[in-house]
Amino acid sequence: MTDLQEITQQAQQAIETAEDTAALDLVRVSYLGKKGALTSLLKSLGKLPAEERPAAGAEINVAKQVVQEAITAKKLLLDDALIAEKLASEVIDVTLPGRDADIGGLHPVTMVLQRIENFFRSVGYEVVEGPEIEDDYHNFEALNIPEHHPARAMHDTFYFNPNMLLRTHTSPVQVRTMENRKPPFRIICPGRVYRVDSDLTHTPMFHQVEGLLIDENASFADLKGTIVEFLQVFFEKELKVRFRPSYFPFTEPSAEVDVQCVHCVGKGCRVCSNTGWLEVMGAGMVHPRVLEYSGIDPEKYTGFAFGMGADRFAMLRYGVDDLRLFFENDQRFLKQFN
Amino acid sequence: MKFSENWLREFVSPNLSTQELVDQLTMAGLEVDGFDPVASEFSKVVVGEILSAEKHPNADKLAVCSVSAGTEIFQVVCGAPNARKGIKVPFALIGAKLEDFKIKKAKLRGVESFGMLCSERELGISDKHEGLMELPVDAPVGDDVREFLKLNDNIVDLDLTPNRSDCLSMVGLGRETGLINGLDVEALEKNVEPASIDETFSVELNAGNACPRFVGRVIKNIRLDAETPLWMREKLRRSDVRSIDPVVDVTNYVMLELGQPMHAYDLAKLSGKIVVRQSLADEKVTLLDGSDVSLNENTLLITDDSGPIGIAGIMGGLSTSVSETTKDIYFESAFFAPTAIAGRARSYGMNTDASHRFERGVDWKGQENAIERATALLLSIAGGEAGPVTETVLEAELPITSEIILRLKRVDRLLGVEVGAEQVDDMLSRLGFSHQREDDGNNAVWKVSAPSHRFDIAIEADLIEEISRVYGYNNLPVTTPKTYLSMAPVAEGEINLNRIKDQLVARGYQEALTYTFVDPATQAILDPEQDPIGLANPLSSEMSVMRTTLWSGLIKALIHNVNRQQSRVRLFESGLRFRQSPNVSNLELKDVRQEAMLAGVVLGPKMTELWSNSTEAIDFFDVKGDVESIFQLAGPNAGLDFEKGQHPALHPGQTAKITRSGKTVGYLGLMDPRVQKLLNIDQSVFMFELELEAIVPRQVPDAHSLSKYPEVRRDIAVIVDSGVSAAEINACVESVADSSFQKLMLFDVYQGKGIDPNRKSVALGLTFQHGSRTLTDDETNSFVDEIVEALTVKLGASLRN
Repeated sequence: MTDLQEITQQAQQAIETAEDTAALDLVRVSYLGKKGALTSLLKSLGKLPAEERPAAGAEINVAKQVVQEAITAKKLLLDDALIAEKLASEVIDVTLPGRDADIGGLHPVTMVLQRIENFFRSVGYEVVEGPEIEDDYHNFEALNIPEHHPARAMHDTFYFNPNMLLRTHTSPVQVRTMENRKPPFRIICPGRVYRVDSDLTHTPMFHQVEGLLIDENASFADLKGTIVEFLQVFFEKELKVRFRPSYFPFTEPSAEVDVQCVHCVGKGCRVCSNTGWLEVMGAGMVHPRVLEYSGIDPEKYTGFAFGMGADRFAMLRYGVDDLRLFFENDQRFLKQFN
Repeated sequence: MKFSENWLREFVSPNLSTQELVDQLTMAGLEVDGFDPVASEFSKVVVGEILSAEKHPNADKLAVCSVSAGTEIFQVVCGAPNARKGIKVPFALIGAKLEDFKIKKAKLRGVESFGMLCSERELGISDKHEGLMELPVDAPVGDDVREFLKLNDNIVDLDLTPNRSDCLSMVGLGRETGLINGLDVEALEKNVEPASIDETFSVELNAGNACPRFVGRVIKNIRLDAETPLWMREKLRRSDVRSIDPVVDVTNYVMLELGQPMHAYDLAKLSGKIVVRQSLADEKVTLLDGSDVSLNENTLLITDDSGPIGIAGIMGGLSTSVSETTKDIYFESAFFAPTAIAGRARSYGMNTDASHRFERGVDWKGQENAIERATALLLSIAGGEAGPVTETVLEAELPITSEIILRLKRVDRLLGVEVGAEQVDDMLSRLGFSHQREDDGNNAVWKVSAPSHRFDIAIEADLIEEISRVYGYNNLPVTTPKTYLSMAPVAEGEINLNRIKDQLVARGYQEALTYTFVDPATQAILDPEQDPIGLANPLSSEMSVMRTTLWSGLIKALIHNVNRQQSRVRLFESGLRFRQSPNVSNLELKDVRQEAMLAGVVLGPKMTELWSNSTEAIDFFDVKGDVESIFQLAGPNAGLDFEKGQHPALHPGQTAKITRSGKTVGYLGLMDPRVQKLLNIDQSVFMFELELEAIVPRQVPDAHSLSKYPEVRRDIAVIVDSGVSAAEINACVESVADSSFQKLMLFDVYQGKGIDPNRKSVALGLTFQHGSRTLTDDETNSFVDEIVEALTVKLGASLRN
């Protein structure tokens, strides 16, 4: 039986040294295959006397099993090595940037407009838009600004002809709404407006958002509440707000609204010219004559209106110090808001 | 309007610092833009008298002066050309501190100098530096100059809203300051100057309510060479008014003090009588400033027998003006109604202190008071004899003091607070409004009349505004509006513009906002077929016409970026374009189409430069994909199609006209290389523009069930003429498709070797699926055969082997 031990040892050695699965398979064939060494031994059992056969057969089978197990174990080892090698060859630098990930962005003034619209929508205001080329009636007359009224001088107006102009505020949209709807209603009117003005802090085109609420019991106190709440949610700060008497022909009483400087919170800084306050809105109770012009009974209904410059809000919100940047559309500037 | 703080404090002087006072005015609705000290900080400057001035022995331009400072006499070397014996000047003693420097003993060209004689600039009073500031001859030598000139004062710059012209005077400002502080206001001494001569001048009022009151007075034998006293000159100066001669100074002073603009005529130059009337066509007048004005109709005029001698309430005429030789004058103090003056000055390109006040409104009862005040002031300065005050008045045409009904309930409702009847009583009194209460408690109602200087008060709302102002805006409560809520309708059949913007942003586009008025030259290149609407008063020629296409602004923005080394530009904008109906002579709003558009411009490589990104240049289909991705938002079968099109700005072979259900809704294409050259752009630009209204309708989804049976796909390749478009192939296949036909995928287009050069091979993937059973091979084959047959017959296709 030394043959059997020798063959087993040889097989184990051959398995040990097999370098890949192909070599291992050759080893398997040469010992366990049809003509393999161990298979041949089994076949030669017939030459033994009958009483020796079972014991010899059992021994050979044990040897076969040993060799088979060694082959299986070696196979697993070789497979693992193969996978490890494949994985190693597939290593990438995961810190390299991804492909085509670039997105664009909305204009900062649009961002502010959307933000303002959302606040007012959430409390039941509807967004209404209107034409930018307007007639004198809707931009001035219907707002209690007759021809030659000194307030017209505050609105350096772009004209096409004596009756057609570029709207100087979005108030004509309010007029058109009042003409066409029955109160109560709440609207905000965002849009481009125009004045003949161009310097560091003025561009001939800019953006306004005006709001209007008409109801049976709208009061100045309600107007104050609406504005204070809006300014605090817009700037996400508990800022103080103050109201100063002012004059707009279409509201009475009229107010200018100052908010505590969003930058220094009232301490005084460059943004607020060291006053601690920023003038941000105009507001007031709708003038009874304006209601009458549009066919609304001023005895039954009262209303309040307010207006603000979206570009100015964008400057304050995002720290932009030159209004003109908004209209140069330099991508390097615009991408800061993406 | 500028005013002197000290002048205001002559009327009422609350115990407040300057800063506190101006803050208070601002919070009361009289917005202060700022304030500046009347003079810079300085000390130890006294009134000096030059006793002698000798030529400096070693310098031509210097003088050696002997200057008295009251108790002592000093030698001072001075370079001012007006340094001469006898004048009194500000004298900075040794140790004096001026704004920038300290005065020390000095030696100038070998002569010792003890102190410095000052110009106005050196004291920070004005920019005048031509010579020494000359003080009045009666200035007390040795007195502190700050005290003597009352220089511890500030000039306050007030920005009044048009409704508060009652505050365009010191009296009005005093009244308001008293109201805010609850203080009594010092009343001006009431001047009544009795007539010493009988002479008058006739006035006739022929303009109805435009000029219902005209007060005049003759004053004879004045000395025009008399000097306006320093106190008056200083007050004028601090109000930004130049001192000219006693007559002009007095009229200006009275205007500043009382708010009533006045005018003085040279009596000798007036002829016949004064008639106030509206202008006629083609009249002319030469004004005080020498300008010749051709008058429009409906300009209120002052005329005499010679014709127009001034535009009422705006500016007097040259022919009757006061000049050096004037001895006798005629004062005018009239009431011109705001509607008669408003806009007129502007229409002549003028804005005078008088027109500014008249067009906002002056106290219609203040004319006589003003002329008395002016007479007293003038006589005290320039002597003379005054005639009687003559008032010409059209009683029926005077403004009416209306009685306004004020209801407490209305006050409470509008302000959102219960004010209380007694408090309203008190506020009306403080405002100087006469009032009479009827009823008590909540039903309190008042009859109120406003004083004549508050012509802005006409209706109940005006009174409520006054009450809210006195109550204090910041004392009013802060409440949340209580109103009913209804759900806002949201149309699901429309794409929200914000969604469209988000889609373009996701594909790398940056949103731009460009001016809607553009350069007509650029626009004529991009959109030559439209006649743009022009502005009558543009800021510049580059911003003089309204955009007929959003490309006009976007291309300018694109060029701005390219010129700043931006190699990849993708911009979009949404907004209105403005087009007019052709051949309209008198443009009206109805002839203008203001259409919401969405447009984009693209330049540079497909992707940003990156280790693994493609560096290929963008092509038509990249941008078409961007546009199609927006159309996807409208749902399948939205009816949006691309056709081969023509546009003057676009490449004739790479232009798509975009249609929806047959209607043109926009264009997409490559900028025509000739246009590109005209615009000086050195790379290809793709651009698109769509009518928003046409692309927003979308289908509310209408789902159908899915087939459980397998799909069958058959691929075929056909050869067609190269001019046959994908759209034509698509349409042809769909025209014969059975209901089992699902989709056509055009997966390859080949032109080249092995194919007739005028033809191309197109590979089509056809997918079929039946809703309720599995398709047999025979069925599918016959579908394919029908399709090939149709392609052959209609498009001349042949099956490729």
